[in-house]
Amino acid sequence: MAGAVLHLPAEQREQALAAYRAAVAAKRHRLFLGLAILCIAVGLAGVVGEVDIVKFYGNIHRLPNYIWNIAPPLSWASLGADVAEWFWNLKDWLRLLVDTLLIAYLGTLIGFIGAFALCFSATANLEKHGLVRFVIRRFLEFCRSVPEIVFALLFVVAFGLGPMPGVLALAIHTLGALGKQFAEVVENIDMKPVEGAIATGASRVLTIRFAVLPQVMSNFASYALLRFEINVRGAAVMGFVGAGGIGQDLMEAVRKFYYSDISAILLLIIATVVIIDLVTERLRHALIGLEHRR
Amino acid sequence: MKRAARDIMLAERHDLQARHAALFRPRFGRRALVAVVIASLAALALYGFWRLEFSFDRLGSGAAQIAHIIAMMFPPSPGSQLPLFLHALAETLAIALLGTLAAAILALPVGLLAARNVVPNIFTHFAVRRFLDAIRGVDVLIWALIFINVVGLGPFAGILAIAVSDFGTFGKLFSEAIEASDKRPTEGILSTGGSHLHAVRFALMPEVFPVIVSQVLYYFESNTRSATIIGIVGAGGIGMHLTEQIRTLEWDKVSFLILMILVTVAAIDWLSARLRLAVIGRTSVVV
Repeated sequence: MAGAVLHLPAEQREQALAAYRAAVAAKRHRLFLGLAILCIAVGLAGVVGEVDIVKFYGNIHRLPNYIWNIAPPLSWASLGADVAEWFWNLKDWLRLLVDTLLIAYLGTLIGFIGAFALCFSATANLEKHGLVRFVIRRFLEFCRSVPEIVFALLFVVAFGLGPMPGVLALAIHTLGALGKQFAEVVENIDMKPVEGAIATGASRVLTIRFAVLPQVMSNFASYALLRFEINVRGAAVMGFVGAGGIGQDLMEAVRKFYYSDISAILLLIIATVVIIDLVTERLRHALIGLEHRR
Repeated sequence: MKRAARDIMLAERHDLQARHAALFRPRFGRRALVAVVIASLAALALYGFWRLEFSFDRLGSGAAQIAHIIAMMFPPSPGSQLPLFLHALAETLAIALLGTLAAAILALPVGLLAARNVVPNIFTHFAVRRFLDAIRGVDVLIWALIFINVVGLGPFAGILAIAVSDFGTFGKLFSEAIEASDKRPTEGILSTGGSHLHAVRFALMPEVFPVIVSQVLYYFESNTRSATIIGIVGAGGIGMHLTEQIRTLEWDKVSFLILMILVTVAAIDWLSARLRLAVIGRTSVVV
């Protein structure tokens, strides 16, 4: 078998090798150019970002220290009492966690309703007026481009402290994000049912109800659940700017160095987020299953 | 014409109903389910509104305030603080770039560890995955708050916050990209006598690297967004000025800062999309 290896004439081989080397060299060239640009950017960023390696090296031991500090003083001998001491404020924290979840829920729900109302007018296949489409698309873009916490900051000034500005901020951001995703789903539907409905003289609302909704509803629900998951994380920090939920307590604990409180609240938040993730994942898979069965 | 077709169908309704009885039969089970779902969603919403103390009074007065604020926002103007704002914007970009890069470099080995086809140890796989999940469960603002305690106020805390929070995301995404890779090149390297490290370098990396780069670029864009807000807790960047101007009710500066953020994010969005296409080619956009 070894004899079957093809040997090119020397001249041709040299040509092929040269071409190969040139190709590799060009690739390397581009890679090095990219790396050089990246290095310059990193250097500039380091200066602007006040990165001081020496100082960082001198202070890096504070990170494990900090983690050690926020870890609760648990011992096997008195584990139950220690845990009770660690989560001393559990009742209040759970109440705030429920508030946080409700903020996320209401924000998602209001945003969902708004996105549902607007998304059909942002699609190329259901909205014939270019101007309407343009205006609604830009509006949705604005809603999702401004970070929700910025809306929360503004709304806290306008509506006063409390969960209400948090809900509204999440709702506006959700409206923008879901509106875009919904519009994309609607643009990908099969248009034959729509044509059928229009041919029978159905109005716009009826067309959407009977020709569009059955095709998109499970996708809409799936996106809404995913958004709820994201909003739970978002709602957990709304308290940082005074917009309700558990964030307020976390911020106080961090600022005032109530070390074991920090870890307790963080654990509660992480547990909540993980549970919500698992539940919504289940629901979304069920929805996708529903979709495939039809 | 439309009317006519509809009228004909309506006239023949009973005939149609007789022929396609199955299609016309109301599905009570399904309807009941939908009604129950909607009713429980609405009930939960009502409970939420009550518990979170929503009131039409506050909504009304707040809306009036918002209208007032929006009126005050025009025209947007930086006042005399334009150089300060521009510096903060540069700081924001620096935070996003360094944070994303650090996260990517740290996450690469962890992504390998969490990939089932590289480290076929189920315990490592499980432990690393859960660890990454826990990191991702914490919002970047919380990380920023914590790192302020560790390294003090300033952009460096922001860089670390973004690096850590993205480390969790990248670890998961990279390991998924690695698991989705074709295993034949790896087998080829191993069959010629290469070590496992050789296989990772010469078979795995060339395949997953473009995907990884595209994900990193995508997150660079999303981190620019995050970097604009971590200043709210004092971790550097333009968010600090934004908070300050909102607190002092300088609305024309607030709207100017928001415009700056929007323009920057749009520019980075454009840039990263271009770079992504350059790295992975136009045909296979994987995000």
